[in-house]
Amino acid sequence: MKYVDEYRDEAAARAVVDAIRRLVRRPWTLMEICGGQTHTVIKSGIDRLLPEEVILVHGPGCPVCVTPLELIDRAVEIARRPEVIFTSFGDMLRVPGSASDLLAVKSEGGDVRMVYSPLDAVTLAERHPERHVVFFAVGFETTAPANAMAVWKAHQLGLENFSILSSHVLVPPAMEAILSAPDNRVQGFLAAGHVCAVMGYWEYEPISARYRLPITVTGFEPLDLLQGTYMTLRALEENRWGVENQYKRAVTREGNRPAQDLLGKVFEVCDRPWRGIGVIPGSGLALKPELAAFDAARRFPATGPPPEEPAECIAGEILRGLKKPHECSAFGGRCTPERPLGAPMVSSEGACAAYHRYGRTL
Amino acid sequence: MCLGVPGQIVDIEEDSIGMPMGKVSFGGVTKRVCFAYTPDAQVGDYVVVHVGFAISQIDEAEAHQVYDFLKEMGELEELDVTQPAEALGDRRDRGGGGV
Amino acid sequence: MSDPTRPGRPTQQTAPNDPETVRPGEGAAPASAAPASSLAGGLVCPIPLSEYPTVQLAHGGGGRLSQKLIEGMFVPAFDNPTLAALGDGAVLALEELAGAGGLAGSRLALSTDSFVVRPLFFPGGDIGSLAVHGTVNDVAMCGARPFAISAGFILEEGFSMEELWRVVSSMRQAAADAGVPVVTGDTKVVDRGKGDGVYINTTGLGLVPAGVDVAPHRARPGDVVVINGPIAEHGIAIMSVREGLEFDTAVETDSAALHRLVADLLETLGPAVHALRDPTRGGLASALNEIAGQAGVGVRLDERSLPIAEQVRGACEILGFDPLYVANEGKCLAIVDRERAGEAVEVMARHPEGRGATVVGEVVGEHAGRVVLRSGIGGERVVDMLSGEQLPRIC
Repeated sequence: MKYVDEYRDEAAARAVVDAIRRLVRRPWTLMEICGGQTHTVIKSGIDRLLPEEVILVHGPGCPVCVTPLELIDRAVEIARRPEVIFTSFGDMLRVPGSASDLLAVKSEGGDVRMVYSPLDAVTLAERHPERHVVFFAVGFETTAPANAMAVWKAHQLGLENFSILSSHVLVPPAMEAILSAPDNRVQGFLAAGHVCAVMGYWEYEPISARYRLPITVTGFEPLDLLQGTYMTLRALEENRWGVENQYKRAVTREGNRPAQDLLGKVFEVCDRPWRGIGVIPGSGLALKPELAAFDAARRFPATGPPPEEPAECIAGEILRGLKKPHECSAFGGRCTPERPLGAPMVSSEGACAAYHRYGRTL
Repeated sequence: MCLGVPGQIVDIEEDSIGMPMGKVSFGGVTKRVCFAYTPDAQVGDYVVVHVGFAISQIDEAEAHQVYDFLKEMGELEELDVTQPAEALGDRRDRGGGGV
Repeated sequence: MSDPTRPGRPTQQTAPNDPETVRPGEGAAPASAAPASSLAGGLVCPIPLSEYPTVQLAHGGGGRLSQKLIEGMFVPAFDNPTLAALGDGAVLALEELAGAGGLAGSRLALSTDSFVVRPLFFPGGDIGSLAVHGTVNDVAMCGARPFAISAGFILEEGFSMEELWRVVSSMRQAAADAGVPVVTGDTKVVDRGKGDGVYINTTGLGLVPAGVDVAPHRARPGDVVVINGPIAEHGIAIMSVREGLEFDTAVETDSAALHRLVADLLETLGPAVHALRDPTRGGLASALNEIAGQAGVGVRLDERSLPIAEQVRGACEILGFDPLYVANEGKCLAIVDRERAGEAVEVMARHPEGRGATVVGEVVGEHAGRVVLRSGIGGERVVDMLSGEQLPRIC
């Protein structure tokens, strides 16, 4: 496959690993903040190929994992309504709420359907005027434009039976939250390539300057990750900071203008709770007031008190890269992919699930 | 965030509300994609697709930069960079080619 | 070659358009005034669709309507004297089945499987052909030669009679091609909303010839893992027509009967074949994990050696699936003596189901019970059992 295979080339990968080995003079801790990148690292075994001095930690890069428990419970509640067709991306279906999850609602007779694209949810609304279609709009900046377009299209079509349950999160505030924490150990960042394909990377320049740490926009194939790691380590060894772009084939500094424009028309920035971390100011997206009719949270108000997280789950520390999954007392025992206590074990992008699945027990 | 896969545009046309939609091929499998965010992309171009949307057009010149990078690291004598396509072809044909 | 799997009857290859294959029942011929509808395949549904366009509760009730369905559709479709005798069960002459070698040393293999696939019809196959191939293969993986299968149907009230006929025709074809007759069966009908169109259970019987001993625990360090062709085709074919995910692809299910390929392998390699497994649900990963666990050995795979078609790869990429966990329905893993591995590949390749046969890994003494993969870039990871179902991901 073009633009995929070239970046999985073994000889090239080995060359980069060797270069990293020669380059590194002291230990460095780098964070990647994207579930897709976590996945590639573990799946291709990059973390085991890198020299010991290079510590790769995984940040809260899984939008499924950071969706608040409250919102999952809300989704479950809405999905139970007989008039609702509840649509969602596949990976949200198994995330545990406090008592149930969307797959369980489906098995109890709820009309829960998986869609590949948010536009498919709009099509369902067009086809079923007698029902109300709710779409669980989850994601980082990569997915937000797609979700925005769904709302925009519904708006253009004058649909009254479509709404979204919004769970959008933004990366730069999360990075700041991690870097500004007193116990922060992260010295360099690999920025998520597809988030930057949409938003560009100019937003990261002030962060890099403020915290004096290098940030490298990185792609998702093994060679991308190795190259991004190399570039970040090189900057650290040379005592430089700033933003560099490894993923030039898909990312420009300005990003995707049409996407940003539509985001500005549909959403506005808001404060948002991140599961396991807490509220991060200005880290979420909410529908603009003029599009409030498409807000499922408004249309279907919450009933009942906010839920509590299982005490044993240390998702917060995992998501901030302070602990590794196997350092959790419940990992692999009371918390497994079959019976997850918290989100990083459920979503296949979550660090805990990735570690469990690919056998990282040390 | 996020699963974005590169694919080649097969066709583009406007839907009922004027949105550019079409098919993208991923190794022969095609899926319907929205091109609203890549208005300049043409049939034959490569785009990165995420949840049914093209979010970026692949810059083919930049795509080859991985080889420049390796040259920079002085490892390039081991790889035949002048004909990268052929080198790839050799590696792909060896083992696990499939039907 | 004489086929010991067909009791008393020479193997009959009938063309799909042959009107002789469908006779309006050997017992009570349904009195149909209205013409039966015709289908694309040229075969005509024997149950008059204008009278019974859908399955009724009474079709499973054991009374007249039941009889009409069985004698009008099932018996003529599966077309063998054992079934036509319509006893409560099938009675088969074992000595005849054993053939010239006799029964001494033979063992009986029994396998059952239920088929609940959705959608019912998918590129290259349907629930019917799947039900035949699946059980024929399970019996074959025991080292046995399948000689008969049973078919139990659980139909939902309101299910389309025409679709039922399509499914039954497909089973008929699959059974005939495999040379394994459907000798007995059962039909039940459940209330509308309590089923999913149709569920099928098939149970198969086979004879394991004397001297054949294939079992997971026979896998030992040094063995080689061979597969008969490219992976992940069935799962992707299903996904491509599943609502919400539809995509265009030429990928068809690999659903096929593997018993002849297996018989050839066992005849040629004898005790050098240690274990056999068909990697269905859960894919290659789950099947190999099971063997590793049962045998107390480790298995090593090499990502570069995994055979996979370009389109299947593309589909897995866009859905975010790992092909190691995607279902196969026409694949057979053989764990064989290292010295005979090349020969195993050659034997498989002699069969249409073995095009693309190749070595995919080896059995080792380390990491007992675990499967480890060498990745394309030279890294390593553990390939675990599948937990839950693979869901398409956005990240």
